[in-house]
Amino acid sequence: MDLILFYLKKLFSVFKNEVFVLPSRVVVVLFFLFVLLLPVFTKDPYLLRIFILTSIFAIFAASWDLLSGFTGQMNFGHALFFGVGAYSAALLNLHAHIPPWGSIPLGALVAVLAGLIIGIPCLRLRGTYLALTTLAFPIVLMGLVFAFPDFTGGELGISGISRLTTSRVSDYYVVSVVMLGLCTIMWKITDSNTGIIFHAIREDEVAVRAAGVNTTRYKLLAFCLSGFFAGMAGGLYAHFMRIAGPANLEVSMSFTVVIWAIFGGVVTIYGPIGAVFLLFPLLEFLRFWQEFRMLMFAVIVLVILLYMPDGLFPWLRDKIEKECPRCKIRNIALRNTCRICTAQLDK
Amino acid sequence: MGLIIDIVITGLISGSTFALLAIGFSLIFGAARIVNLAHTAFYMVAAYCIYVMTQKMGLHPVWGMIIATVLVALLGLISYQLFINPIREHEGAVLIATIALAMVFQEVMSLLFTGTYLSVPALIKGYFVLLGVKVFYQQLITFCAALLVMTGLWLVLMKTKLGLALRSTAQDREVANLMGINEARVAMMTMGLSVGLAAFTGAVVVPLTILEPTMWMHPLIMMMAVVVLGGLGSLKGSFIGAYILGFAGALVVFLAPMGSFLKGPVALSIMIVVLLIRPEGLFGVSFEEER
Repeated sequence: MDLILFYLKKLFSVFKNEVFVLPSRVVVVLFFLFVLLLPVFTKDPYLLRIFILTSIFAIFAASWDLLSGFTGQMNFGHALFFGVGAYSAALLNLHAHIPPWGSIPLGALVAVLAGLIIGIPCLRLRGTYLALTTLAFPIVLMGLVFAFPDFTGGELGISGISRLTTSRVSDYYVVSVVMLGLCTIMWKITDSNTGIIFHAIREDEVAVRAAGVNTTRYKLLAFCLSGFFAGMAGGLYAHFMRIAGPANLEVSMSFTVVIWAIFGGVVTIYGPIGAVFLLFPLLEFLRFWQEFRMLMFAVIVLVILLYMPDGLFPWLRDKIEKECPRCKIRNIALRNTCRICTAQLDK
Repeated sequence: MGLIIDIVITGLISGSTFALLAIGFSLIFGAARIVNLAHTAFYMVAAYCIYVMTQKMGLHPVWGMIIATVLVALLGLISYQLFINPIREHEGAVLIATIALAMVFQEVMSLLFTGTYLSVPALIKGYFVLLGVKVFYQQLITFCAALLVMTGLWLVLMKTKLGLALRSTAQDREVANLMGINEARVAMMTMGLSVGLAAFTGAVVVPLTILEPTMWMHPLIMMMAVVVLGGLGSLKGSFIGAYILGFAGALVVFLAPMGSFLKGPVALSIMIVVLLIRPEGLFGVSFEEER
C-alpha cells in the first residue's frame, strides 16, 4: 500500500515538476489522452477510419523524418519502404498464412532489407543527387509489379488479406497504440547517442568523420531504422485496407510524406506526426468541396510555408516557449527568469 | 528495318523533349540552386494554353505557341516572386513549395477543363513514308524546333552578357555577387528563361501527346533522371543524357515484352547504374562541399 502511494506521489511530482512547467509537454500528454480516449466519445466508423489512417501515416511521416530530417539524407522515394512493407506483409499473409501480428513485423524486416539494398549504393551520393536517385527506386519496383502480374496482382494489387482485428474499435486501438509506441521509440532514438550522431551528420558530415565516427555505418543504420518503421506502417495499412496495391508505391505517396514532414518541421519527430494529424483529417473534411479539395490543400501548404519556412510546429513552439540563454533549458514564454538557473530571459 | 526507323524516330522525339525540359531544369538549378519540381507543370499549363488559343479562340497555331510561351513565362516569374523567392534559402521548403505549386496548377487545370483527355491538331498535317515507316511532319517539326531552340540557347549562354552572368552565378554565387552581378536578378531572369523553355517544349510536343491534368508527372520523373544522369547543372550532360534515356525507352518499348510498363524502370535503372560508377553523373563536376 505504501509502495503504491509512494509511486503515486512520485508520478504526481514528475507531472508537477516536469510536465506542467512546459506547454509543449502538456500538449503531448493531451495528445496521448486524445488518441487513447477517442473511441470512448465516438464510435462513428467513418471517423475512426480516418484516425486509423492518420495514425498509420503518422508513423510513416515520422520515419521519413528519422532518416531525411535527422541525417539529412533527402529520401524522395520513401514510398518504397511503405510499399515493400505492405506487399510483403500481404504476400506472407496470403501464401504462408501468417496472422497479422507476425506478418507485419516480418514485412517490416523485408523493408529493412530494402533499406540496406538502396542504402548501400546511395551512400556515395549526397544532396540533390541522392534525392533524385531515391525517387527512382519505387518507380522501378512499380514497373516490376506491373511486369509480373501473376505474383504481385499487377494493377489490381493483392486483395483478400485477413483483417487486423475483428472490429473497428479494436482496429483503432491496435493501430493507435502501435503508433504511440513506435513514435515514442523513434523519439527516444533521436534523443539517444545515436540520434545525436545522426543530427551531427546532417550538420557537418566531415566534422563527424574527423571526430572518429564511422558515418557510413550510421547512415546505413538510419536507412534500416527508417525502413523498419515505414515498413510497419505499410504492413498496418495493408492489413487495415485489406489490399496492397501499386498505389502504395506511387510518386505522389513519396511526395505527400515529404510535404507532411517539412510542413510540420523536420528534425523534430513530433513535427511530422502533428502535421499528419492536422492535414490528413483536414483533407478528409474538405470533402465537402470535392473539386476544390486538393487545391485548398496545396494552397494551405504554400501559404503556411511562406510565413513559416521551418515548419509549423517549431514556429509554434518558439512562440510559447523560450530558451534560457545561460543553461539552454526551455521555459514557458510568460516567465521572466529561467526556472532552473534564474537567469534573466530575453524578451 | 522499319523497326529500326521506328526506334530512331521515337528515341529522337522523346530525347529532344527530355533534353529541352532537362536543360531548363538544369539552368535554374545551376543559377539559383532551386530544384524546381513544378518545371513540367509549366509545360502542362502551356499545352493547355495552346489548346485554348487554337480550339476555343481560333488563333493560328504559331501565334498560339508564341503567346502561350510568353504567358507561361510570365506566370513562372509571378509564381517565383510570390512563392519561391521569399523562401529561397530553405532548401526543403522550396522543394515542397514547388510540389504544391505543381499541384495547384494541376487542380486548376482539372477544374477548368475537367479530367477528360483533349488533343490539339498538328501544325502541318500529313506524313511522308521513309523506308516503309510513316513519319509525321509534326514529328519532324518537333525535332527541328528542339534543335533550333537548343542552338539558340547555346548562343545566348556563350555569346551574351546575360549568358556570362548566368554561367558565373552557376559556378559560384558569392563570387559572382562580388563581381557586381546582381545575383537575385540573374536568378529571376533564369527562372523566366527556364519556364519559357518548358512552355516551348509543351508547345511543340502538344500535338503528339494527349492533354490531361496529370501529364506533368511522367516527364518530371524522366527529366530528373536525365538531369542526374548527365550531372546536375551540366547542360552538355543534360543533352546527352536525354538522348541516352530517350533511346533506351524507345528500345524497351519496341523490343521487350510488356515494354510500355518497363520503359520508365529501365531508364531509371540505367541512371542508377551510371550513378554507382560515377556518383556525380556523366559530365558533372564533383563540387567541393558547398557552404
